[in-house]
Amino acid sequence: MRRGTFWSWLWIALGVIYFFVPLVGSFTFSLHAKLGVLSFKAYSDVLQDPNFRINFFASVAWALSTIVIGVLLFVPTAYWVRLKLPRVRPLVEFITLLPFVVPAIVLVYGLVRTFSRPPLMIVNSPFLLIFGYTIMSMPYMYRAVDTGLRAVDVPVLTEAAQSLGAGWVTIMLRVVFPNIRVAVLSGSFLTFAIVMGEYTLAQWLAKPAFGPYMALVALTKAYEPSACAIISFALTWAAMGIMQFVGRGAPGGAQVAGAH
Amino acid sequence: MTSSTATGRDAHGARSAPRRWSWAWLGVMPFFVFILFFLVYPSSTLVIGSFQDEAGHFTFANILGLSDPYILGAYEVSIRISVYSAVGGAIFGFLLAYAAVRGGLPSFVRSSMMTFCGVASNFAGIPLAFAFLATVGRMGIVTEVLSSIGLNPYDAGFSLYSVLGLSLVYMYFQFPLMVLIIAPAIDGLRQEWREAAENLGGSFLDYWRRVALPILTPSILGTTILLFGNAFGAYATAFVLTGGAISLVTLRIGDQLGGDVGNMSQGVGYAMALGMLVIMAISVAGYTILQRQSERWLK
Repeated sequence: MRRGTFWSWLWIALGVIYFFVPLVGSFTFSLHAKLGVLSFKAYSDVLQDPNFRINFFASVAWALSTIVIGVLLFVPTAYWVRLKLPRVRPLVEFITLLPFVVPAIVLVYGLVRTFSRPPLMIVNSPFLLIFGYTIMSMPYMYRAVDTGLRAVDVPVLTEAAQSLGAGWVTIMLRVVFPNIRVAVLSGSFLTFAIVMGEYTLAQWLAKPAFGPYMALVALTKAYEPSACAIISFALTWAAMGIMQFVGRGAPGGAQVAGAH
Repeated sequence: MTSSTATGRDAHGARSAPRRWSWAWLGVMPFFVFILFFLVYPSSTLVIGSFQDEAGHFTFANILGLSDPYILGAYEVSIRISVYSAVGGAIFGFLLAYAAVRGGLPSFVRSSMMTFCGVASNFAGIPLAFAFLATVGRMGIVTEVLSSIGLNPYDAGFSLYSVLGLSLVYMYFQFPLMVLIIAPAIDGLRQEWREAAENLGGSFLDYWRRVALPILTPSILGTTILLFGNAFGAYATAFVLTGGAISLVTLRIGDQLGGDVGNMSQGVGYAMALGMLVIMAISVAGYTILQRQSERWLK
């Protein structure tokens, strides 16, 4: 073994330790719910809790709605900017980065204060949460879509479709979407991973969700929170795994990293 | 372009008169309206509120109110944790990325490293706090193993609920993000530069000091700044982990939402949020500028 490789392996080993110790730790911890023996009691307790189901599937619903709104909003925009308004691109790109400037807690503070007074008192509407999530996931969704479009000759495809008599809806559904399917999918899975574990927005907009549920469980239970952490990690892992799987060989690679 | 005839109504569109209104703008209106309503409008509520008193008159009192030791303290702790976890995450992440990309290791190491980092950088918030509590919390598995051999870290002054402990937790999502962003930059270091340096009689150290580091510096610095912002805005992890024992700006803004504010006025709450926005804007701008600079060499 060369001296250089030794150091490389050492750093990799430290990285692996940092990555796995908290996971192995919380998995082991979660198995201790029954005194003296290792068991999956914490998991079965969580899974059988009706509140878990309500909150978990609420989060699934938020995530899917966010993906639908995000796709409907960002795909046509990114397409249109590439086709008709290339000089607006820097502005739009700048805007898609803005959510990085506004942390979740500040965003929700603004949303609550703005929409709990006239003229728009919609703070209790579930749509406010979905729209907030759409904003939060915008940097990932928009950029995934835009990267996907980069590999497509948008003007030529559009002209070809139009010369065959296609209208805008047909172009969107049968020309644009199929060509950036992979990009849309990877943006969607990342959005899914972000929304499923999100706490801040759901908590302060007082909506059922997996994040606030986990925080509540931690107040009264010892082992269930660890089980929730493992469930949540498995979800993130699945979403990112599928994302990388569908993104194999896609141009630009997969955009990763989410909000905290 | 013949497409202007094919695409109909905006045939006289953008190209002939770049500054004029064209119907093509209608296509991006839904996007701009959405951003205006759910990002710009809520943010402006906070910004405007920072300069208004209870009656809605203009004032600087809220901004001056930030000098309250309680609030300044929260900013200080937030900044300290963000600096520790950003610098720690950047150094560790860089070494990891370099080892994976240029360390002479089999290629599966790199691809699995990137996958793990993609997952870890997204594993944050509540579950991350739980994972660390179960591992190195007071009752955690690792803590128990260590104390069974007489090395209880809590006896040695360590605490997960401290500034250092929280930085350690944040590093879990910081260093993977560093790896993800810096690996392509390390990829951009060309073999020829190394060879050129050697042919000119430069040592390994010369190559690093005079070639590699100067080229990578904007990237490393930019990403460190991004990591700073990443930690600065974090809320959920700190909330669960410390239960409010450590005062962070994000937690104090959470108090505003929870109505648990003592005698602090709403305007000062807005000013706290404004302070966060300013710091985040500086950090994102710094990252963008430095990243653009690094593209000069690393394409």
